[in-house]
Amino acid sequence: MSAPSQAAGAAPVRRFAGRSKRVLPGFGLSLGISLFFVSLVLLLPLTGLVMETAGMTWDQFWFTVTDPRVVESYKVTLWTALAASLFNGAFGLLLAWVLVRYDFPGKRLVDAVVDLPFALPTAVAGITLATLFATNGWYGQVLAKIGVEVAFTPLGIVVAMAFTSIPFVVRTVQPVLEELSPADEEAAVSLGASDLRVFRKVIFPSLWPAVVTGIALSFTRSLGEFGAIIFIAGNTPYVSEVTSLMIFVRLQEYDYAAASAIASLMLLVSLCLLFAINLWQGRYLRRLEGR
Amino acid sequence: MSITIENISKRFGGFTALDDVSLDIPEGKLTALLGPSGSGKTTLLRIIAGLESSDAGRILFGGDDVSDLHVRDRNIGFVFQHYALFKHLTVAQNIAFGLESLPRKQRPSKTEIRERVNKLLEMIQLPDLANRYPTQLSGGQKQRVALARAMATKPRILLLDEPFGALDAKVRKDLRRWLRALHDEFHFTSIFVTHDQEEALELSDQVVVMSHGQVEQVNEPATLYARPESRFVFDFLGHVNVLEGSLKNQKLTQGDAWVSLPSVQGDQEAQLYMRPHEVQLARSPSAHARLPLRIESVSLIGSEVRIELQPEGWHSTELWEIGMSHNEFAHQAPARGDLWYAVPDIGHLFTNGRNQPRTVDWHYPTSATAHP
Amino acid sequence: MAAKHHRVGDQPWVRRTLVGLALGITLILLVIPLVVIFYQALSAGWSTFTSNVLDEYTLHAIGLTLFVALLTVPLNLVFGTALAWSVTRFRFPGRKLLTTLIDIPFAVSPVVAGLLYLLLYGRNGWVGSWLGQYDIQLMFSWPGIVMVTVFVTSPFVARELIPLMQQQGSEEEEAGVVLGASGWRVFRKITLPNIKWALIYGVILTNARAVGEFGAVSVVSGNIRGQTNTLPLHVELLYQDYNIVGAFASASLLAGIAILTLIAKAFVEWRQSRPEQPAPEKGGV
Repeated sequence: MSAPSQAAGAAPVRRFAGRSKRVLPGFGLSLGISLFFVSLVLLLPLTGLVMETAGMTWDQFWFTVTDPRVVESYKVTLWTALAASLFNGAFGLLLAWVLVRYDFPGKRLVDAVVDLPFALPTAVAGITLATLFATNGWYGQVLAKIGVEVAFTPLGIVVAMAFTSIPFVVRTVQPVLEELSPADEEAAVSLGASDLRVFRKVIFPSLWPAVVTGIALSFTRSLGEFGAIIFIAGNTPYVSEVTSLMIFVRLQEYDYAAASAIASLMLLVSLCLLFAINLWQGRYLRRLEGR
Repeated sequence: MSITIENISKRFGGFTALDDVSLDIPEGKLTALLGPSGSGKTTLLRIIAGLESSDAGRILFGGDDVSDLHVRDRNIGFVFQHYALFKHLTVAQNIAFGLESLPRKQRPSKTEIRERVNKLLEMIQLPDLANRYPTQLSGGQKQRVALARAMATKPRILLLDEPFGALDAKVRKDLRRWLRALHDEFHFTSIFVTHDQEEALELSDQVVVMSHGQVEQVNEPATLYARPESRFVFDFLGHVNVLEGSLKNQKLTQGDAWVSLPSVQGDQEAQLYMRPHEVQLARSPSAHARLPLRIESVSLIGSEVRIELQPEGWHSTELWEIGMSHNEFAHQAPARGDLWYAVPDIGHLFTNGRNQPRTVDWHYPTSATAHP
Repeated sequence: MAAKHHRVGDQPWVRRTLVGLALGITLILLVIPLVVIFYQALSAGWSTFTSNVLDEYTLHAIGLTLFVALLTVPLNLVFGTALAWSVTRFRFPGRKLLTTLIDIPFAVSPVVAGLLYLLLYGRNGWVGSWLGQYDIQLMFSWPGIVMVTVFVTSPFVARELIPLMQQQGSEEEEAGVVLGASGWRVFRKITLPNIKWALIYGVILTNARAVGEFGAVSVVSGNIRGQTNTLPLHVELLYQDYNIVGAFASASLLAGIAILTLIAKAFVEWRQSRPEQPAPEKGGV
């Protein structure tokens, strides 16, 4: 194989081992860094958990995760997360709709403040909500008049969860709403269809996958939320304890085994949800900017 | 710098993009790779460039094997379909990019680079746009800048991927003329990919027609148009009028239609392909053909009148299309619904099983030629 | 004249109701809480506020928090960029898996994240006990806090870059390579300007979350006042001590950072979406 002719003083020609070469540079470096980081930061820590739970017998494991107080925390966590996510589904849809379709004074501000729960530390959110909804707080006082107690009840948990995951539905639905073509709607409206009908037949079909994704993301986040909840919840065992707090409590009791057992359960659920959401998004949505 | 393509094959998963393709691209000529999408033409171009690697085969530039050479070192110019201009650099910076990327030893001085950029700007007739950004340019301007950028480093080969695909018709025509003029002045070895037959035939010195990863035919434009060598090339290069039927006793018959084919032996199914300009319209059948057709539509716009006809008493998969000069049209006044007869001057006969046609010329019936 | 009604929800009464509702709930749920933070922080007067902020433990917490952010952000910047580049510019087996893996810190509860690190690097973990032989203790001191923060904030830069780089495609970079540019030159001159704003926003977001992380840090920090308390932990401490004004004073600093983050995001979005230069000119091919 003859060398290609080169101008005098040309730089040495780069060769390849075999035919599989990459045109763009940096494959080795970028993949190397990525794999190294992912292994060290994400995967390696999982081994610690695996080893700790492997050290338990199946009975011990089962006993820990089915402890009545812990089971109660599952229930509390699940239903409050569901309630909060459904609320966010509705409110998030409303906000996205209003932001995309209407112009009004303060619109820019609303759009910016939607991301507040994302940028604000959870502990700050926690003490703020706790202060607001305490019986002597601004909201707590008003609600007490109608006999509703939020602080130190599971309702407080719902509020905290709703607050921290507002952005998920809004930011997932917004791009989809923006992409809706006005032509379809205008055609339907001009044909005499009522608003509700057009919404059901033309708009909602494109919208609901995004709404479901947003709710699922909100749900996943709420399951694991800690900082925003513990100040407002009251943390009464069997009543207003979330599972993430249970893990923390066991840690403080130096019961690492129990903490690990519960944590591995939570981890499993989170990963399954993550996987399911990814599959769903792959099927129904382009990969959008997520939060 | 001539290019030799030897037995190139490429598959993407289960899809064969190129199937054992071999070609010779002559030096200093403008060659078109023509074909529908999926024919493999863009893949072949990218393999020549080094932007893709082939599964088998070699590429040679002027006799030197460059198959293992990285695209960066092949010293080629590449013009992308969507220009790929660097959005954050000015026009001048875009054009200078290749020169500024040269290793220090080979890099010209700053003044030299600036001079060369200015000369190129003049050549593409955009001397005032040096400090604009690509987003401020029209499509045609962007394409010219892309070309100047590719030529700045004086590459030995210029490759263009559907260079005019993203432009409107008028701009396309103007740029085509301009590219050809440029080529005539500088004599690069250039290859451009297109799916537009008109463009390929108008611009190039040599056309390579591709389909399904294989080369169908390689010829200069005139020969390609006059003597297509396969059904695919026929179909691809413009409208064809087809008579399908049974060949028996030197006559091709289907329903009420027949065409006599002296000195053609055989007893089988066959198809006769005729270009619009190879057939004439007459009020009555001729001695060697009877092809009754009813006029469907008459199109007056253009250098000649285009008449579409529906077969009468026989059938074809598509309407027939025959041309008539405006003069004759004025005299004969064919109208919708009239029954006329097609009289072929030249036809191309495909017999089943063979992919190459025989040309049948009724003006010189005794010298009916088969293609080599 | 009858109002033109083309699209669903165009009627004025529908519009007003929906906008009113949205504004109302936003006010109640988002704006007022933000206001409350500053209200409470200043409720005992400006001088109390300043003395709270300048309190030695607060200052130490601020310092530790900034230090953690200073280490976390560059690390995740490099990682996020490398990951985005490898995943959007190349095809390789396991690419989809890698993209999914980066979402893990997202789905995992911060307490669980903290626990993972505690189990690995704590005194009884297999790495922790090995390090313990050399008298190196990572948990319950600042290295543990940094590691856990890195974990929790690792997706952000990548998640900002990946959709953008996928959408932009690699044609410009290919063009650069064809023209003879080296790898770094392609990245510096072509890629970086194209992803600049997304990168900046990713950094800002990473910073905000690094500063504000609470759950994971609670688990690994040991809560030693003056030594291993970050600002959010400090807030918790003050609140548990019933020092509400003090807690909100520190909280207001964090809220200030949050507000800056929101402003930065608005700015970045404005920059990204504005048409950079006037429309292409007519006339002349």
